Amino acid sequence: MEYRLKLPVSEKDILKIKAGDIIYIDGLVVTARDEAHKKAIELYDAGHELPVNFSEVAVFHCGPIIKRNEEWEIIAAGPTTSSRMEIFEYDFIKRFRTRIIIGKGGMGKRTTEACKEFKAVYAAFTGGAGVLAANAIKRVRDVFWLEELGMPEALWVFEVENFGPLTVTIDSHGRNLTEEVKERARKNAEKITF
Amino acid sequence: MKFEDAIADLIADAVINLPRDVEKALQKAMEVEEEPAKTQLKAILENVRLAREQKKPMCQDTGTPIFYVEMGINFPFKHDIKDSIIEGVRKATKLVPLRPNAVDVLTGKNSGDNTGLFIPYINWEITDGDDCIITVMPKGGGSENMSTLKMLKPGVGLKGVKKFVLEWMVEAAGNPCPPTVVGVGIGGGADIAMKLAKKALLRKVGERHPNKEIAEMEEELLNAINSTGIGAMGLGGKITVLDVHIEIAHRHPASLPVAIAVQCWANRRKSIRIDKEGKIWNID
Repeated sequence: MEYRLKLPVSEKDILKIKAGDIIYIDGLVVTARDEAHKKAIELYDAGHELPVNFSEVAVFHCGPIIKRNEEWEIIAAGPTTSSRMEIFEYDFIKRFRTRIIIGKGGMGKRTTEACKEFKAVYAAFTGGAGVLAANAIKRVRDVFWLEELGMPEALWVFEVENFGPLTVTIDSHGRNLTEEVKERARKNAEKITF
Repeated sequence: MKFEDAIADLIADAVINLPRDVEKALQKAMEVEEEPAKTQLKAILENVRLAREQKKPMCQDTGTPIFYVEMGINFPFKHDIKDSIIEGVRKATKLVPLRPNAVDVLTGKNSGDNTGLFIPYINWEITDGDDCIITVMPKGGGSENMSTLKMLKPGVGLKGVKKFVLEWMVEAAGNPCPPTVVGVGIGGGADIAMKLAKKALLRKVGERHPNKEIAEMEEELLNAINSTGIGAMGLGGKITVLDVHIEIAHRHPASLPVAIAVQCWANRRKSIRIDKEGKIWNID
């Protein structure tokens, strides 16, 4: 199935999405890589307020190239490898109740558990497709933690329109497509003799 | 034209325009694939087209700047090349722009201009003649993270080498942005195998090693990896690798080093030749 979703999304919207579906989204997407995940969790646990309401946006594993003209110009903004965020994602989703996580390469067991427990999905944007992504980003609404974390690691708040295609690989029902593919590939590899 | 400007242009060309042989291989993959891999390959090809049209880097990870220099022994401007490469990287970072990707290991601070200790990294080779060939390989981090080295027991033989490469590429799965190109270096020593593996990535997709036995091993591994079904972006499909390139060196009797260098679909590489008059030529 293919869906176009407007953020923020409801639990009902998330429940109907199945692994393998394609989604396109409109609304606010916020970039967060390793450092931003870590910092967000630490600030939350210390009782501080965060600059972004992560429950209403999609979190995007992305370290963009942005040029500072009079306004911010987005040059390229494809996804980064999500498996690096696996160590943070369960705790992140648990605290912030983010409903859509976007990245590439798939995520592991803990994230699959979080998606099931807190009703969220993980969707893959085509890795390396930095210009395609940039074209769907209409504007940089805000940026936080830029000075401290640098361009790739900062929280960039993007207004996006028809952002996709995003292939859902982890749904809220416990399925993890990339892990299934990997499991099958292991079995296929075992059969090969040189 | 100043050499540093030619280097900046070379980098810009590399990060914006995917080599045609790679694009053709991706096109062919798209034609044989089914969903969901087809959607991924369509997006990749659309992205390649947009990058070329809008003169923007095809991927936000513009990589670590790796250079290969073949310097003629009688090339008159030997002294200028190193500084021109470093200055060219700085210029390209500003002009293209590139993402600053050079981070201090101790402080974690990003230098901001893609230069730093040993970066840009330059592989030097002295050749006969009076010209100089410079190749840039902007190497992405996601695929580099899936590169590896293993010192195998010589007793496992070439069968063991092939098994290691196959199993490794299955575990790498969608992480290095498949369909990838895989460089394999066998023999020499740890450092030599890795150098060979990475340099093998410069070969064109579809180009076989001149040694028939190695060429056969390349084909065998290509088919084996593709038959596992990892597919584009690890979502399942027929094409996981566009090609496998192998290079070998004689080994120590006690060692069988095998290095794997993985390159994402954005298999970026471009070369120029500078002649003895200082004139610059694009070469394919």
